[in-house]
Amino acid sequence: MNASVVTPIGAPVRRKEDHRFITGKGRYTDDLSRPGQAHAYFLRSPYAHARIRAIDTSAAIDMPGVVAVLTGKDLAQDGLGGLICGWMIHSKDGSPMNAGAHPALALDTVRYVGDHVAVIIAETLNAAKDAAAAVVVDYEILPAVADLAQAQAEGGPVIHDVAPRNTVFEWELGDKAGTEAAFARAAHVTAIDIVNNRLAPNPMEPRAAIGDYDAGDDAFTLWTTSQNPHVARLVLSAFVGLAPENKLRVIAPDVGGGFGSKIFIYAEETVCAWASKRVGRPVKWTCERGEAFLCDAHGRDHITRGELALDGEGRILGFRVKTTANMGAYLSTFSSCVPTYLYATLLSGQYAIPAIYCEVDAVYTNTAPVDAYRGAGRPEATFLVERIIDKAARELGMDPAEMRRRNFVTAFPHQTPVIMCYDAGDYGASLDKALALADYTGFPARKAEAERRGRLRGIGLSAYIEACGIAPSAAVGSLGAGVGLWESAEVRVNPTGNVEVLTGSHSHGQGHETTFAQLVSARLGIPIDQVSVVHGDTDKVQFGMGTYGSRSGAVGMSAIVKALDKVEAKAKKIAAHVLEASEGDIEFKDGRFTVAGTDRGLAFAEVALNAYVAHKFPTSEIEPGLKEGAFYDPSNFTFPAGCHVCELEVDPETGVTQIVNWVAVDDFGTVINPMIVEGQVHGGIAQGVGQALMERVAYDNDGQLVTGSYMDYQMPRAEDLPSFTLGLTETRCPSNPLGMKGCGEAGAIAAPPAVINALTDALGTQDISMPATPAKLWAVAQARVTRRAAE
Amino acid sequence: MALEMTGSYDIPVPREKVWEALNDPAILKRCIPGCEELERTGETELRALVVAKVGPVKAKFKGKVFLSELDPPSGYRISGEGDGGIAGFAKGGAKVELSETQAGTTLVYTAEAQIGGKLAQLGQRLVAGTAKKTADEFFKNFAEAVTGETHEGV
Repeated sequence: MNASVVTPIGAPVRRKEDHRFITGKGRYTDDLSRPGQAHAYFLRSPYAHARIRAIDTSAAIDMPGVVAVLTGKDLAQDGLGGLICGWMIHSKDGSPMNAGAHPALALDTVRYVGDHVAVIIAETLNAAKDAAAAVVVDYEILPAVADLAQAQAEGGPVIHDVAPRNTVFEWELGDKAGTEAAFARAAHVTAIDIVNNRLAPNPMEPRAAIGDYDAGDDAFTLWTTSQNPHVARLVLSAFVGLAPENKLRVIAPDVGGGFGSKIFIYAEETVCAWASKRVGRPVKWTCERGEAFLCDAHGRDHITRGELALDGEGRILGFRVKTTANMGAYLSTFSSCVPTYLYATLLSGQYAIPAIYCEVDAVYTNTAPVDAYRGAGRPEATFLVERIIDKAARELGMDPAEMRRRNFVTAFPHQTPVIMCYDAGDYGASLDKALALADYTGFPARKAEAERRGRLRGIGLSAYIEACGIAPSAAVGSLGAGVGLWESAEVRVNPTGNVEVLTGSHSHGQGHETTFAQLVSARLGIPIDQVSVVHGDTDKVQFGMGTYGSRSGAVGMSAIVKALDKVEAKAKKIAAHVLEASEGDIEFKDGRFTVAGTDRGLAFAEVALNAYVAHKFPTSEIEPGLKEGAFYDPSNFTFPAGCHVCELEVDPETGVTQIVNWVAVDDFGTVINPMIVEGQVHGGIAQGVGQALMERVAYDNDGQLVTGSYMDYQMPRAEDLPSFTLGLTETRCPSNPLGMKGCGEAGAIAAPPAVINALTDALGTQDISMPATPAKLWAVAQARVTRRAAE
Repeated sequence: MALEMTGSYDIPVPREKVWEALNDPAILKRCIPGCEELERTGETELRALVVAKVGPVKAKFKGKVFLSELDPPSGYRISGEGDGGIAGFAKGGAKVELSETQAGTTLVYTAEAQIGGKLAQLGQRLVAGTAKKTADEFFKNFAEAVTGETHEGV
């Protein structure tokens, strides 16, 4: 679609930002350089757990090109605080979580391989690396625990003294007694044990930072790969104590993907900012891929036992869940809310479950910190719910689709037993559409045909729900959040009628420069190329909470709508004066202000010019100019939901899985730009398939990362995926003005159970864990052959 | 990351001679791939500097080597630990057993190694391959050296 046109909501407008990206004109942090900058290299612990007896930096400091070698002692000397976790969780007994200190550079103990021991700042990166080899660290090696299942063992290694048995909290949600009662009267109980595999986020652009201290202004600027630059500034200012907010500017320029991993405030970025003052020069750091595997916060990593109580007709009576969640060696910025309020609150799935009780133990291990990763808690919940309902259906001899249908929530609003109140949805509609698109009834014939070719064919469903639009501030505050999760927007209309939209959301692949501009174009009736979206700079945008949890549409764009309402209201007042009509008679449509019932009117740009020249209205009543801001706080989460169907074949001779068909039917509420939504769904499914079939971060018993490169950590490629069949159903979200729900995580949430359910169908066993690698599936397939031969 | 390796070499030299060579730092230094320094610092202790290259990582390991379970001339345990700076660390040991044969001596070794840091991150396949190759190279060099030394000496 041409850029010089008004773009209606629902049009597949081409992404405005892509010209920049595909012609190499993107400006990522590593593309930037500051005059006189030095380069930082971090010396990392090779041990999973060790006490630092001494660090001798004397030889390193004398190496050529070295500017400084700094350690945790220097950081402490300057009075800087540690990194924080911004969400307080209380244990069942009411006690606050046991959060161990997290210095940006280790003080006396290192707690995972890759933990930060010292920073070497030099004229060149190579000089810094050479000098790092000359730093002598005297380690006293301590016993380590990397295995989540062993972390709480009595008498095992203790990672933080404040956390006995490495237990951060023992949390619960739901009605224990009511759930016990449901199990007491159950006709059937289905139980499942699940390991939700640990994942590395792997954004295409690795993290990077440039810290630049201006001695003249006594002020810092930090360019960094952040999904939420204002939150980074807030944490660095209020908790780390680097500088007050008015003396700290954080800029997140073009950012190449995040998937959650760039929400958090990490050691390296913090150290670059601080060190720039210490050495009096800008300090730049770019993460290498190997470092990213070691130190970017990982995702998932749960061990769970789930039990489902059912009546004689396959209706769910109760759901009981016990999860152990790996936090890694330190609590990352939002880590504590992921296995709690982002997880257990979604355990009702799309189903009317009368009683739910969930216990979550969060534990430390000698591994990299774990925090939000695409979906954050919701994929873990969906995997559990969609696996156990599938298993229950097979145990009861029911069709998995019918089992789901029988338990769907059908009346809204629906209050679940785990906090969430679902506002709108039609789960039957998305299931029906998905089954039709997937030709579900034709599957037995396809399976028989595959069997003749020696292939094991399976079909799997996943009826997912998630909570997006994070989040109502008072609600999250009552649950322990340290911040409110509203969003801000400012609409600046220039005198010639073009518009800048400043948003507190941040785009790092989501296409906000297009969808946000599309919204403004549609609303004001001006061509989309006359709308620019400004984000990612704390000096330009007053404040914002950033982008994660599919919040930028439902919350960020709602803030823009609120600001546009104000712009329109003021413009109407001005138009009334210019047109010498009563304000109540002014109508605004298709970019024109008209006097009702006449052909007298003004184009939007004419009103904008009038607003600034201010000749034709009383400035004692109406201020000149046309610029409005708004803060929007959502009244509820939004609840995207849908149904994915995966059909696949396993070759029993090699264990290789080929996904032959994928149907995704999603209800995202109002869709602004279907092309961008499809892209989000495609990417999400790919990541979900990656988790189901390939990806796993593995540590050995000593806490050494053994999947530290792409040789050992497999990511999905185009050839691993079929061409997706996508469909939409639509129920508007009633809680925000556009009726939007969010689409960024749906694929990653829906996909893993769809794949594993299809594999259990193909192989005739429920005992398939993620990642379902060819080696595992080959063993299952061979055991199946042996079993059949014996029968 | 733990690795285990075994190997066996037939050396056409009497066992006592092989045993002597196993205790001669000059011979060991020549045979350890990448060994730049090997000095005896005590009765059963040596100091070593070894340059090792594993895939893309090249590092200088500074470390100590210890001899234990001495059972002349039947064998000993040689163990060591090295700090490779930013490349990580390596430690390990090998039980070396010498038995007399008609043709001379059979040397059997059972070695285990642990590595950490960047080296471990390179992945089991690359590291295990390199470790096995290095161990084989050492014992092959050693068999050749001790054969040559002995024959020169004759």
